[in-house]
Amino acid sequence: MEIERHEYDVVVIGAGGAGLRAAIEARQQGKRTAIVCKSLFGKAHTVMAEGGAAAAMGNVNSDDNWMVHFRDTMRGGKFLNNWRMAELHAKEAADRVWELEAWGALFDRTKDGKISQRNFGGHEYPRLAHVGDRTGLELIRTLQQRVVALQQEDYETHGDYEAYIKVFQECTVTRLLKDASSVHGPAGAISGAFGYWRETGNFILFDAPAVVLATGGIGKSYVVTSNSWEYTGDGHALALLAGANLINMEFIQFHPTGMVWPPSVRGILVTESVRGDGGVLRNSEGKRFMFDYIPDVFKDKYATTEEEGDRWYTDQANNRRPPELLPRDEVARAINAEVKAGRGSPQGGVFLDVSTRLPAEEIKRRLPSMHHQFKELADVDITAEPMQVGPTCHYIMGGVEVDADTGAAAVPGLFAAGEVSGGMHGSNRLGGNSLSDLLVFGRRAGLGAAEYVNALPARPAVAQESVDAAKAEALAPLERSGENPYEVHHELQRTMNDLVGIIRKAEEVSEALEVVEKLKERVELVGAAGSRIYNPGWHLALDLRNMLLVSECVARAALLRQESRGGHTRDDFPGMNPEWRRKLLVCATPDGAAVTVEEKVQPPMRKDLFDLFDLGELKKYLTEEELGNAE
Amino acid sequence: MSYKAKFKVWRGEGGEGKLEDFTVEVNEGEVVLDIIHRLQATQAPDLAVRWNCKAGKCGSCSMEINGKPRLGCMTRMSTFEEDETITVTPMRTFPVIKDLVTDVSFNYQKAREIPSFTPPADVRPGEYRMKQVDVERSQEFRKCIECFMCNNVCHVIRDHEENKPAFAGPRFLMRIAELDMHPYDVAERKDSAQEQHGLGYCNITKCCTEVCPEHIKITDNALIPMKERVVDRKYDPLVWLGNKIFRRKS
Ligand SMILES: Cc1cc2nc3c(=O)[nH]c(=O)nc-3n(C[C@H](O)[C@H](O)[C@H](O)COP(=O)(O)OP(=O)(O)OC[C@H]3O[C@@H](n4cnc5c(N)ncnc54)[C@H](O)[C@@H]3O)c2cc1C
Ligand code: SF4
Ligand code: SF4
Ligand code: FES
Repeated sequence: MEIERHEYDVVVIGAGGAGLRAAIEARQQGKRTAIVCKSLFGKAHTVMAEGGAAAAMGNVNSDDNWMVHFRDTMRGGKFLNNWRMAELHAKEAADRVWELEAWGALFDRTKDGKISQRNFGGHEYPRLAHVGDRTGLELIRTLQQRVVALQQEDYETHGDYEAYIKVFQECTVTRLLKDASSVHGPAGAISGAFGYWRETGNFILFDAPAVVLATGGIGKSYVVTSNSWEYTGDGHALALLAGANLINMEFIQFHPTGMVWPPSVRGILVTESVRGDGGVLRNSEGKRFMFDYIPDVFKDKYATTEEEGDRWYTDQANNRRPPELLPRDEVARAINAEVKAGRGSPQGGVFLDVSTRLPAEEIKRRLPSMHHQFKELADVDITAEPMQVGPTCHYIMGGVEVDADTGAAAVPGLFAAGEVSGGMHGSNRLGGNSLSDLLVFGRRAGLGAAEYVNALPARPAVAQESVDAAKAEALAPLERSGENPYEVHHELQRTMNDLVGIIRKAEEVSEALEVVEKLKERVELVGAAGSRIYNPGWHLALDLRNMLLVSECVARAALLRQESRGGHTRDDFPGMNPEWRRKLLVCATPDGAAVTVEEKVQPPMRKDLFDLFDLGELKKYLTEEELGNAE
Repeated sequence: MSYKAKFKVWRGEGGEGKLEDFTVEVNEGEVVLDIIHRLQATQAPDLAVRWNCKAGKCGSCSMEINGKPRLGCMTRMSTFEEDETITVTPMRTFPVIKDLVTDVSFNYQKAREIPSFTPPADVRPGEYRMKQVDVERSQEFRKCIECFMCNNVCHVIRDHEENKPAFAGPRFLMRIAELDMHPYDVAERKDSAQEQHGLGYCNITKCCTEVCPEHIKITDNALIPMKERVVDRKYDPLVWLGNKIFRRKS
């Protein structure tokens, strides 16, 4: 059968915040743009974000500005961040949020009519633009409606809504395609993408010189996760297989507060806004245990008594913030330790209580979805009793290594933005910094792709052999009657959860790598029963390749990094090590099957950015040599 | 505390299909979507169902459970008797693709027909000033997760294919109301709501409001006020302009 074929200038894979913002930019630059996504338009993972988007607008506290935001971001990431990305992010986030307002977003307001901003862990000032606790929905709907607005413009001028921007929904990309020669442009440049329609199982081919990956994260490799089925690390794997590099894959954020009960909703997120708005963590003895877990590097920034912490909510100038608002890695480890020490809640978490802290009406107004979620799913009324919560796999800091300014990956024509890209958040992401990251770098990647296309002498060509190979690969599970893919998936999830989770040890991670090797063999044999029409078993069989590749990256990098930092905690190497701060671990797959990891030195921070910090603080993170060079 | 439940699930593709019987394990705290997933993992690997968030936030898992439009991920098994047979079918108003998955493109088409947010030309990003009370009405409508169950249940199109071209459905009539109530929107919305998007078809039965998982008061807060605005406007075209100017200045 002939494969359906489309020609575009830019193909954006992913319709979350990053993908939509990239596509809007590419279209605004006059490029013919396709948006491809696995779910329906408007349902990408971004829709689930709750707390808000961080941007130093200074609406609530006028002392806030990009430099404070930059410092907070670097501290949160334990200085491993790509500082250029952190700089661009802090400088541009406010403009990106304001732009949403001009596209119809309705954020919650301050008294003087500006966008309201809320407190969040690791942010010095109230900084998160939000809409109750459904900010992601507002963000995605606004971008979706902006895409529609552009389509309406195109209808006016060209008589066709889809003349310049078209959404291919419920369509999954399984391979990126490259030019085999260097006749048409740079050698090995991107020439398109191959995928299948979920609805029919038919194949589709995009002929395009630029591809923007905006596929989100990898959480579905873990059992307990806040992530949806879409998070199978597709973009990470597509990039690897196309010859690009991944960095920081050992850093995974376990959000401290996921639901722990009932079992079927275990892992579903309880937003950090609960703590930002006054909620506190207690153990089974009723103690606010976080006061015992303030690490040295943060000692002077957090309250040491409950009284001071409580005063901070109303008077931030004269008090320090409560330790419940430490960066997420700290809080997650603390909860883990309390539970291990036998001071957990009956269902294996700790207590998160807002019921004794705010009036019931206020809770319902500020945290409507949390109220709804607990009432409907767990029969718990959060205005009357505490929630039980525990850590859940939430976000991957690691991803495609990109150029900060353009989002370009190592392969010509390949760009990446959002959760699938790496560097911006270093070893740990601050809450609220993802939604702003999507907007800032989504726009930059869309622009980068458009400029790349403008500069190309000719369109790279799609090689028929690679299309045939992609087709054979996709059909294989349907032609076998082997093991059920759900079983392989489940074993992978358990392995990663138990052996490469919050706290890691060399033996356990090595064991996980052995399991992954065996699972790779089993994946070669899994079969999918049924037809090609909307067949979830078949889809999962194809996703397994990606999950295994990505899991291998996570485990290999985790084994090599002999220190504990942010989202990577080694039981056998508990401290942070400045030598390791300078090093990135770069994953690649030269043969398309096995993962290799190499060390790479981070470039030193630019002088003017370096000078934004107190030397005393930098001493906690940087080597003597680095400190000396900067003098 | 687990037990075996009896399920009837609609299965089929290409316009044909039937209810299939299943007996399946149910554990404490589970929702209907969990049971569908268990069927996939153990008995019917190719059973098609849409879902994403499993927390009532994305509006993907709309289905009809015992004939009522519901989100599968927010319907707890404990709301049924253990010996009750639970029937799960796809949304009826939209063509079935396969099993529980329907073709909802009607909704995307309607979304596109409604003119987008139109701010005054002279307000730049960052200059918007709005009071919380003035945005609250539209914010209620923006809670919509686009599960399309209101459009599915509305009798104007539920069994009347012929009305589909002329009627945007409650979801998108509400979108018009949302824009009309946006403090900075300057586009004309009332005549077009009535004449192009079928507001007049709605006879305020409130079925849409009843099924909305976000508990949005679609009829009372969006459709009825919109009908009133249409009537006002018919009597006095200056009311609309006056309202906009007044609101902008206040
Ligand atoms: C419950 C929850 C709450 C959160 N709250 C916040 C918050 O308050 N603030 C904050 O800043 N961050 C928050 N985050 C993190 C943030 O929401 C995500 O990191 C972010 O939304 C990711 O956006 P994205 O654009 O990179 O990808 P996504 O929104 O996940 O979109 C990925 C897209 O790629 C598509 N895709 C994937 N693979 C393929 C493929 N093979 N072919 C075609 N399409 C594909 C998907 O269909 C989807 O459209 C939260 C995360 C979760 C899970
Ligand atoms: S109130 Fe109107 S829109 Fe809603 S279901 Fe009834 S007729 Fe349809
Ligand atoms: S208004 Fe309610 S029922 Fe209708 S689509 Fe939105 S969330 Fe669903
Ligand atoms: S899966 Fe998202 S609403 Fe049910």
